[in-house]
Amino acid sequence: MAHSFTNLMNDRAAADRARGGGADSLSDPVTGDATARPIKIETRKMDFFYGTTQALFDINVQIPAKSVTALIGPSGCGKSTFLRTLNRMNDIVEGARHTGEILLEGINIDGPEIDVVALRKRIGMVFQKSTPFPKSIFENVAFGPRLTGIRDRRELDEIVTNCLKRAALWDEVKHRMSDSAMALSGGQQQRLCIARALATNPDVLLMDEPASALDPASTARIEDLIFELKANYTIIIVTHNMQQAARVSDTTAFFYQGHLVEMGDTQQLFTKPQEKHTEDYITGRFG
Amino acid sequence: MRGVAAPLNPQPSTLNPQPSTSSMSAHLQIDLNDLHRDLLSMCANVEDLIHRAVAQLSQPSLADARSLTIQDNEIDRWDVQIEDKCLKILALHQPVAIDLRRITTVLKISGELERVADLAVNIVERAVGLLDAPELQIPDKLVDMAQAAVDMLHRSIDAYVNLDSQLARQVCQDDDSIDQANRLMIQHLIDQMHRQPDRLDALLHLFSAVRQVERVADHATNIAEDVVYLVEGKIIRHWKSLERSENPDAS
Repeated sequence: MAHSFTNLMNDRAAADRARGGGADSLSDPVTGDATARPIKIETRKMDFFYGTTQALFDINVQIPAKSVTALIGPSGCGKSTFLRTLNRMNDIVEGARHTGEILLEGINIDGPEIDVVALRKRIGMVFQKSTPFPKSIFENVAFGPRLTGIRDRRELDEIVTNCLKRAALWDEVKHRMSDSAMALSGGQQQRLCIARALATNPDVLLMDEPASALDPASTARIEDLIFELKANYTIIIVTHNMQQAARVSDTTAFFYQGHLVEMGDTQQLFTKPQEKHTEDYITGRFG
Repeated sequence: MRGVAAPLNPQPSTLNPQPSTSSMSAHLQIDLNDLHRDLLSMCANVEDLIHRAVAQLSQPSLADARSLTIQDNEIDRWDVQIEDKCLKILALHQPVAIDLRRITTVLKISGELERVADLAVNIVERAVGLLDAPELQIPDKLVDMAQAAVDMLHRSIDAYVNLDSQLARQVCQDDDSIDQANRLMIQHLIDQMHRQPDRLDALLHLFSAVRQVERVADHATNIAEDVVYLVEGKIIRHWKSLERSENPDAS
């Protein structure tokens, strides 16, 4: 089997086989089934630096596939830095570097054979502030597929429709696909960005506080969407909202001052965390 | 009886490298302290009530019985007030971890205490029923069993106050000896009924009192189990029966 992302992307069956289990899997906390939750992303002994400032220390995590993992911690704890390392978004930050390994389905994403564009197609990202392009709703979603060379209008129509449906936005915009994306509400714009991220057919979605600027109703729609998407995607979400982390995620990781303090089953972490430090943070006693 | 409750201070964090710069909602802290005070006041009242009720078995008095019934009404008000406050905290603060465990525990302990107070009134009613049979001797073993049940309640509340799950687990284990005493007392009273059918009414009052006392120990056990959850985050309720049903061969 080829060991490059480009090849893997062209061989979804191989990717599916890789996802199907093998040695790299996490046991299901309920059923104890060791093959139930294969590992999608893993970091080993990862240190991260901005110049001479170390931002992450010896991070060892295993992110289960097709589930939601929430990253929590006070501002500056390194959770967003960690998130951005997973699709090499930090490559564009001057002076940023890391040691250790970051593995996607067992393959090092920093390997010389890795095509960063292909990597980012597989690991999409949604930011805190919705970032629609100043284009039509249709063109926003079609942007990624066009970049990959898809020109056929019927194929683009199909992709855009599917992605808008999966992002739970289709019913609200289907009659105004040519309208500017900038005319949508904040919540709609964020769902449009999720649809845009889905359009490149990723495996993993990274979300950096995707609902922090939204009203409660829009937040609820995003959370419902996350719940639906996890059937097909591995989702990693950074959030400052404890209740949101508790509601939407299966696994929660608590970061503090660049260290991963605790990572585990969300229900367990929010009812009886193992570490006193985690408890102090989630109950608001510091941070 | 316990006096004014000490405020609920969070344990200092052993993992927090920085001095506490608590961002915890001041309102939540105030509400938790308030709730803690209410529950301890309720505990003190219920302990007083059950002590006096058990004493009635040896020395029943109509006047005291009336006073105890009035005190039970007060306990009911505490129960409603505490539930009201718990629901308010859950709705407004959406607590997690130790705060969530504390509020759910308080909610459950309050319910257990309210039922102990009801049992105290029932015991008093049985004691008053014995006024018609002054010649009937209250068995020493019933008095001992009642004292043991009240002691279990006292220790379960101590375990809550001191967050002592080890003491709580001891209380849970002590329930077995109360159950055993209950079985012996019931058998003894049935024997007495066969032998002295003319005293059936009085013996039935005693029979009922024994059952009420046994239930007090059950509620003390429930409180102790709630304390284990509060401290350790483990639900140990029904663990014996669940273990038996999962491993029928082991029993």
